[in-house]
Amino acid sequence: MSAPHPPQVKALNCPGCGAPLTIRGMAHTLTVVCPNCLSVLDAKDPNLQVLQQFEAQQRFEPLIPLGTRGKWHGDPYEVIGFQIRGIEVDGAVYTWAEYLLFNPYKGFRYLTEYQGHWNDVTVLRTMPEVTAMGPRPVARYFGEVYKHFQTAEAETRFVLGEFPWQVRVGEKVTAMDFVAPPRMLSSETTAEETTWSQGEYTPAAKIWEAFKLPGKPAAPVGVFENQPSPYRGGPKHVWLMFLILLAALFVVAMFTSAIAAKQVVLQGDYSFTPGNTGEPSFVTPPFEMKGRPCNVELSIRTDLSNNWAYFHLALINADTGDAADFGREISYYSGSDSDGSWSEGGPTDNVLIPTVAAGHYYLRVEPEMDATGAPMHYSIQLRRDVPSMSYFWIAALLLLIPPIFTTFRSIIFESRRWAESDYAPSSD
Amino acid sequence: MSTAANCPNCGAPIRFRWSSAVQTVCEFCRSILVRRDVNLEKVGTVADLPEDASPIQIATEGTFHNRPFVAIGRILYEYEQGGWNEWHVVFSDGVSGWLSDAQLQYAVSFLVPMQGLPPSESLSRGQEFRWNNGLYEVTCLTRAHYRGVEGELPFEYWDKADVLFADLGTHGVGFATLDYSDPEPLLFLGEAVDFDALHLKNLRQFEGW
Repeated sequence: MSAPHPPQVKALNCPGCGAPLTIRGMAHTLTVVCPNCLSVLDAKDPNLQVLQQFEAQQRFEPLIPLGTRGKWHGDPYEVIGFQIRGIEVDGAVYTWAEYLLFNPYKGFRYLTEYQGHWNDVTVLRTMPEVTAMGPRPVARYFGEVYKHFQTAEAETRFVLGEFPWQVRVGEKVTAMDFVAPPRMLSSETTAEETTWSQGEYTPAAKIWEAFKLPGKPAAPVGVFENQPSPYRGGPKHVWLMFLILLAALFVVAMFTSAIAAKQVVLQGDYSFTPGNTGEPSFVTPPFEMKGRPCNVELSIRTDLSNNWAYFHLALINADTGDAADFGREISYYSGSDSDGSWSEGGPTDNVLIPTVAAGHYYLRVEPEMDATGAPMHYSIQLRRDVPSMSYFWIAALLLLIPPIFTTFRSIIFESRRWAESDYAPSSD
Repeated sequence: MSTAANCPNCGAPIRFRWSSAVQTVCEFCRSILVRRDVNLEKVGTVADLPEDASPIQIATEGTFHNRPFVAIGRILYEYEQGGWNEWHVVFSDGVSGWLSDAQLQYAVSFLVPMQGLPPSESLSRGQEFRWNNGLYEVTCLTRAHYRGVEGELPFEYWDKADVLFADLGTHGVGFATLDYSDPEPLLFLGEAVDFDALHLKNLRQFEGW
């Protein structure tokens, strides 16, 4: 059966002002708005009866002119309608633009624009499930959870071109937005029904390319409700990276620890009796340190108990006479009281001397104790090339900087997003 | 009954694409013909259908869940917010269903025999019903105007005026329609489908597209 094909672009004239009109949306178009005098006309009426004449306080020009065709999602789409809608919050009006796209097989889609932020919008056939989760409702749609962003009364403020519904300036709907960047869900409720749509945040450049628009799109202002965070994947991503690098660092630390020489160059057992009148200081036999400059660990183990000792120490290079002087205090006290047993300090001590060059060395030792104390037995051990975990900890701390920085930036970005919502900290 | 006959009004050959068709429209004189035993009886004439822009036409073929179908008839409705087509489709196994095109939003549904359907007066938005293990919520009540028919239909449908429909949605692709055309409500259960998923062939061509 061959149905006659009516011409797809009807040439008509506005009954209000006589300006030529074009119908691009075929029989789907219910209302058409004269681009010249802004009369809202009944497209189903052969005489294009005027349905509404609105006084536009301000004339808006679509950034994508009506009649522009572009390839969108792999299909040709034509811009056939344009409207400005707005919400009023605390006396301030916020408006956004909606572009109606048409393909005679695929149907209708929308592009929305608010201060340079664009969304690619489709009407949903499936109802998202709205549940109250605490004070903030969420909408679930095919496994994804969208957080409630804002509920407001949206009013149509300016219309141009064609619409497959009865468009009127001044018409109001209750609009709810739920976000899961880069997507968002919006519901619009009238007395008759609730319609849901899904938007996906879209770079303006993509639209400029698809519809071959001249010039460059305006840079977006601020953070939009479903704008994806530039901190890709949020802070989770950088923290995961941190854990991976930390694991790598740990492997390196284990490796350097495994290949460290840990060579004992001096080991001696000594005792000290306080109150003795003799010279308390002595020097150890000389020992040799070979190889590259590396750290040296000095360990002192004592049998101190409820006592203290101080060691004046000097690592002396026998070849050059250079001396590294340092002191260590060891104290160990323990006992028990009404709270149970306690202890303070310990009978041993370890200290790391960094970067000691190769050569012949000896150690000068001078213990000092309370003159009335018990004698002390102790041992001294010197080991060269001891693995040091302190580098590991410093590196780990440095690794922490990027994730902390990104988390901080991400928190700022998210707070800018939610500052425009019903959940802004300052809003009532 | 044979699938070939002649129009009792104008004598033009009437060929049925579907042996179970109850009603068809003569392509030449627009007589609405209903099968009465072995004869075709003219019960009315189709007024000129309004200009519509459904890309589907009689003989459009497609698939639904890999089952091929062909469009053989339609019912056209109008309401204040536009119009829609219920295309009567017949699957290769003889099953009859409906492919609706509501402003280029497509859905496939089937008549489901069901007892105890709610009367139209009791319906309100937000009401929930459970049919065939699915939970359906009334989303919209539409009083539509029967605008015309074309081709073969599984029942007589030609003298309607205003008809009440209830749309019911789910949280999935499923939907339901309650049709109050007749004293006994009819239940259609189906799924919303994407244009591409239907793999439609033999579509109407639009100039410039």
